Order: sequence, then structure tokens, then C-alpha cells
Amino acid sequence: MSDGLRELYQEVILDHSRRPRNFGEPKDCTRCAHGDNPLCGDEITIYVKVEKGVVERVYFEGRGCAISIASASLMTEVMTGMKVDNARALFSRFHHLVTREAGSDNDWQELEKLAVLSGVREFPVRVKCATLAWHTLNAALGEQSQTVTTE
Amino acid sequence: MSSKVVMDTLQASHARQYCKFVPEKVRKDFPILKSTIKGKPLVFLDTAASAQKPARVIEAVRHCYEEEYSNIHRGVYYLSQRATENFEYARERVRAFIRAKKSSEIVFVRGATEAINLVAQTYGREQLERGDEVVLSQLEHHSNIVPWQLLRDQIGIVIKVAPINAAGELELDEFSDALGPRTKLVSITHMSNALGTITPVTEVIAMARARGIKVLVDGCQAVPHLPVDVQDLDCDFYVFSGHKLYGPSGIGVLYGKQEHLNMMPPYQGGGEMITSVSFDQTKFAAPPHKFEAGTPNISGAIGLGAAIDYVSQFDFRRINDHEQDLLDYATKSLSDTRGIRLVGTAADKGAILSFCLDDIHPHDVGTIVDNEGVSVRAGHHCAQPTMDRFGLSATVRASFGMYNTRDDVDALISGIHRTLEVFDT
Repeated sequence: MSDGLRELYQEVILDHSRRPRNFGEPKDCTRCAHGDNPLCGDEITIYVKVEKGVVERVYFEGRGCAISIASASLMTEVMTGMKVDNARALFSRFHHLVTREAGSDNDWQELEKLAVLSGVREFPVRVKCATLAWHTLNAALGEQSQTVTTE
Repeated sequence: MSSKVVMDTLQASHARQYCKFVPEKVRKDFPILKSTIKGKPLVFLDTAASAQKPARVIEAVRHCYEEEYSNIHRGVYYLSQRATENFEYARERVRAFIRAKKSSEIVFVRGATEAINLVAQTYGREQLERGDEVVLSQLEHHSNIVPWQLLRDQIGIVIKVAPINAAGELELDEFSDALGPRTKLVSITHMSNALGTITPVTEVIAMARARGIKVLVDGCQAVPHLPVDVQDLDCDFYVFSGHKLYGPSGIGVLYGKQEHLNMMPPYQGGGEMITSVSFDQTKFAAPPHKFEAGTPNISGAIGLGAAIDYVSQFDFRRINDHEQDLLDYATKSLSDTRGIRLVGTAADKGAILSFCLDDIHPHDVGTIVDNEGVSVRAGHHCAQPTMDRFGLSATVRASFGMYNTRDDVDALISGIHRTLEVFDT
């Protein structure tokens, strides 16, 4: 197997795709948004509970490939407890980091567990898979009512 | 009548001398197959999306631009005459290929999508009224669904859908039930791009015709694999895209019976489609030019003619036998794979294999086999209603062309085993 492929399908990613965390629809969400990837038919719904400017809980439901499910699952973990402003800033950084050329930053250490998704850079057509949940959460936090798409 | 019987009958009545069909030799005619992907030889299994091009087609396009290019149907100079002759010769090649009666029944368009939109917006708008029904099948590509929805929103037609069974076959009884007193048109695929099902178009057309219903056949997937005789089929319209028949992209064909083309209004207005224009009124040219406004895809049509010349040197039965062998071999090889689910198991099926692996998304399969040099399609194949029938959002699809071999199938199988390893199932 090539290094790029090994990097893309790390154990953590496979684990999160098989046993996604925070999966399901909670009763007490305050905002939600729906996202889809028209290219492949992947769909996701993000549920958020925001209180006093803090993302208390993030849940998701949907169907998609290992990369999109793992990215969504990891995202729900890192976003929980974050201030809305910080969450939105993290969205921008994450998007930048999965699309930027490798080696051009060292922010991954700061992003901790999200670093496992850096392998996506080698597979440009899969960037949309990794960012679908993030775009959708960003829409939920921005209270956009329309469905977001990766196109 | 099954497609095999049709093929035998057709070929017997058009006996001619063919070149021997040797897949290993055919491969050498396609320059791109010499290339490598990620250091591995290219194994191209996405021909149903778009076929690769033989050197003869590439050369025809080059020749057009380097040696005999000008606009057509205009100049009195030599070069324009030559370009016009080449363009019209391509039309004649298409006519002979699908055995239409007259070349004036062959309209060049951008592709099958434009052809269906053209029929919906000219024939459909003129002949259909609010409440009239158009019957589709559950096997249709989006390009044979959306144009009818646009027409529905414009004039209030009703779209009805004939279902398929669990094998992905059209059930003729249920198709018959879908035809009602208000049904004016059936628009149906000849072969499903998502599942490979070959539909019983002969029976479908007979049933429709008995009720005075017109029929459009989407032949995109069928023309590269089956001999087509539009007079024998007795369909009203037949459409296909050049790029799936080893020709250039951006060129396609609308066949329409002369009587329909004569009464249909133009699709677009512009040059080429007129006999005279003043600010008060315009007289339209006769078909096919009435439907070819503007400078057409000249090199594309010429390239399509070359593609038809290329495939026509072989006996279609031999091409089809070879592709069926690949399909059988791939189906058998894949059947032993852990967690495999074949999607579309019709008795009459072209060289398309759609499948899923338990718990592994088709996109992940696509990425991992690509890493082995194998190009397959992963997704809904622009046929979401067909996917819905099986409760799926996507499948992996391997589709074969005349240039594929059993080695290509072996490479796919090895890529799938690699996928299972990565996911450790």
C-alpha cells in the first residue's frame, strides 16, 4: 500500500467511521443544518446545542464514506465545549489545512486529533468528503436555514 | 425478442467481411492505454461514463484541423466544400450505423442530453397538453428525467414511472399498466448505465405503438455494445452521445422519424437553420438543418464518423461476445468476495457491473482501487431513482469496453482485496 493511502486510512479514521461518536438526533438541540454532496449523494444533518455562546453539544446523522463519517465524528468531539466564535475560526483553519499543501504549516499539532485527517491533502477529490460536516456545522452556527452543499 | 436474437438476425441479414476482433490488438489502437497511473498500468473500467478514443478518431480530428478545416455549408471555396463534405459524410456514417432510412433524419447535437431536451422542448411542447402523460422507467439516467420535469413545470404534463424488479429488470406487465389513455410518449433507456440492464425495447415499442403512443429510446449505453436498427425497432426517436461510442465529447445524435422532424418547431434560432431571414419573418431550413442552429461541432462530427468506421470494421457479435465474457468472468470472480452485493442481476445485461461491499462506502473502494491503477466509478451514476429502488446512495461500477481484457478484471479484483485489507474486514 502506498504511504499516501496508509496516511488517509489511519486506524483512528477507520475507528471513527465504524463507531461514529455523537451519532443521532438529540432532543435538546437548539440549531440544526442539513448538508449534501451532490457529486456522490452523501448527506449529513448536524444538530447543535448552543447556550450562552458556547457549543454545548454537537450530534450528527447521515450517510457517507469513511472519510466523511470520521471527519464528522472527530469534529463533534473537538467542537464540544468550544465558544461559537472559536468554533467558527476552527472551521476556517480546518478547511485551510486540508486543502493547503503539506509541510506548509505546523498548525496540526495545535489541532491535535484532527491531524489524522491531513492525509486527505494527497487526495484532492476527497477534500469534499472531509469538509462536508464542517460546512454544515458552520451553517448551523451561522443559523443559515438552507441546505449547504459542497458544490 | 432478446438482444442476442436481434443481433443474430441483424447480422445474418447484413453479412459482410469483418476484421478479426482480437482484444489485445484492439488495445494497441487506444494510445491512452499505454499510460500509467501512480506507477501502475492504467486499467480503465469507466467506459460507461465515457469511452477512450482509438488513434483513428484522434487522427481524424487532427486531420480536420490541420488539413481540411473551415466553416461548413457556407463558403464557395474549396476548403469549405471539403469540410462540408466531411461533415455530411459523418452524418451518412451515422445513418448507416443505426440503419435510418434517410440522413435527413440524423440531427447532430451536443450529446444525448441535448437530444432529449430538444425533443421535450419541440415535439413535447407542440404535441403534449396539460394532463398528458409521459412514461419513463425506473432505470433512467437523470438526463431522461429532468427534461420531462422541466416540461411538466412548463405545460403541466404528468410523469409516470414503470418500476423495475429486484434484479433491475423492467416488468412488462407493470410497464403495460403504466400506459393509460392520456399517455402520449414513452421515453426509455435501451440499456441502464447504472445496472447494465438491457431493456426489452422491441416489446416496449410494440406495446406503445398498439396504443398510438410515441417512443423515444435513449441509446447511450446500447450503441457501443449492440447493433441498432432504428427502422426495425420502429421507434420515433433514438438518441446517443458520441463520446460513449469511442468518439469525441460534445457531439451526439438525435434520430427522429422524418414525419416528426418535419412538423417539429426549431429548438434554437440562428444561422445555418434558415433559408431566408428578414426583420419581419424567417423561413426555416428543412431537417436536419432546422435543428442545427449556429456553427456545429465540425471536428466532433467528423471524429464520430471515424469512431463509427473504427467499430464497424469488427463484427458486433464478436465485440459483444468478448464483453459478455468479461462480465461473466468479473461477476464470477467477485461473487466469492466477502460482503459483496451485486446490484443489478438482469438476465439480459450489458458489460456493466455495479456492486457494494458491506460496511465499506463505494468512494473508499474507488480511492483504494485507483491507487492500484484501476479507474472505476463510485457514486449514484446520475441515476438516483434507480439507486433509491435498491435503498442505496451509491455503488461501485466497473464498466467494460471493447479494449478491456481479463487482466483488467484481475486488477480490479486485486484492488478490491486490497480494500478489504485496508478496512481489515
